Amino acid sequence: MEANKILDAKGLACPMPIVKTKKAMADLESGQMLEIHATDKGAKSDLAAWAKSGGHELVKHEEENDVLKFWIKKGQ
Amino acid sequence: MAEESVKTISVKDLVRKVLNHEELFILDVRNTDDFDDWKIEGKNIHIINAPYFDLLEGVDSIRDKLPSDQEIYVICAKGGSSEFVAEQIAEAGFSNVYSIEGGMKAWSEHLEPIKVGDLKNGGEIYQFVRIGKGCLSYLVVSDGKGAMIDTNRMLNPYEEFISEKNITLTHIFDTHLHADHISGGRKLAEKHGADYYLPPKDAEEVQFEYNHIHDGDEYTVGKATLKAIYTPGHTIGSTSFVVDDQYLLTGDILFIDSIGRPDLAGKAGDWVKDLRTTLYERYKELTDDLIVLPAHFMTAKEMNDDGSVAEKLGVLYQQNHGLNIDSEEEFRKTVTENLPPQPNSYQEIRETNMGKISPEEEQQREMEIGPNRCAVR
Repeated sequence: MEANKILDAKGLACPMPIVKTKKAMADLESGQMLEIHATDKGAKSDLAAWAKSGGHELVKHEEENDVLKFWIKKGQ
Repeated sequence: MAEESVKTISVKDLVRKVLNHEELFILDVRNTDDFDDWKIEGKNIHIINAPYFDLLEGVDSIRDKLPSDQEIYVICAKGGSSEFVAEQIAEAGFSNVYSIEGGMKAWSEHLEPIKVGDLKNGGEIYQFVRIGKGCLSYLVVSDGKGAMIDTNRMLNPYEEFISEKNITLTHIFDTHLHADHISGGRKLAEKHGADYYLPPKDAEEVQFEYNHIHDGDEYTVGKATLKAIYTPGHTIGSTSFVVDDQYLLTGDILFIDSIGRPDLAGKAGDWVKDLRTTLYERYKELTDDLIVLPAHFMTAKEMNDDGSVAEKLGVLYQQNHGLNIDSEEEFRKTVTENLPPQPNSYQEIRETNMGKISPEEEQQREMEIGPNRCAVR
């Protein structure tokens, strides 16, 4: 999936993956896609909940060799 | 300056406060789904939820809900986000803000030993309360010998306790094949040279050697005697133990305010009759004075003032709804319909307890996250 920006949050523990995601998201235009790589298992439900509360769309997520990957589309 | 006002508290100290029924204010900063699924509960606990990702830039949105005259305890999944949020709260001018070390993960794994009582021929029985998950395990001690029943995965708390009291473990029992938590029984038995016992009907698929428990078997531990009673219904093998004609260890068959569910091995329909017979006939033949010690509790209401979970069988026959359903049809409906969701990862947990899979410790931890949900009310 095409992303406008990739954020490497591997090895970071909560709350840092979300802190970084939030910062990275601020640099994007609405409709653009951010790809996030994380290793903290908690990131899965937290990113989903955060995206929802912020009006963004979690388009896809997958797991590859213990790395969690997320694609979030910035909302309005 | 601000950061100095954030303190941390260990789960051990927090558990003491909960068991003493102290008034506590807790801010849980996990996401709302996780909070709704499972949280800290207690008689005098006031707990609110506000996800940490809404508080990264400050706590103005919840300022009105925070007490200014009371300690604020902040908890998250593992202890990182709670520290972050606690600092934000302190910066907003609150003092006495604590981050709970290790978060819900540590909360889930803490075991607190509580003495339930003395045995008539000499000895004691202890209940290990896993408050975060509602699991109860037992240690019968007599003449320096010990028997463990329904051991949890974390062995450290048991091992510290038995070494402090100079106890030699001789018997380790599981009342049934557990579906909500990973048994530490086999590992504890191996480490201490004790014999590990399981009811064979639950163990047809297990991948290791074990000793069989049969109805009526008696086990001697120092001067204490444990007698096995076959009481199926939660699982087909479920077995209870009577200790010195004083205590009845019911496993997941009978709880203080609820009864066991028959569906966790996929056989709800088949086992309803067994459950009915166990609760309405087999236990009824026992004396009312026996003190029931279950393998779980669901809410703080089931807890006695000293933090233990125990009640006389006679009292349960008066007060427990599950023991007072006259119609067999209504009983069948109660235990097969509208059941609560099954425990998280219960299939993987069963396979782990059968020795079919051997997940890493971190994975085992993840599998056990959440409430136990072994009962129906």
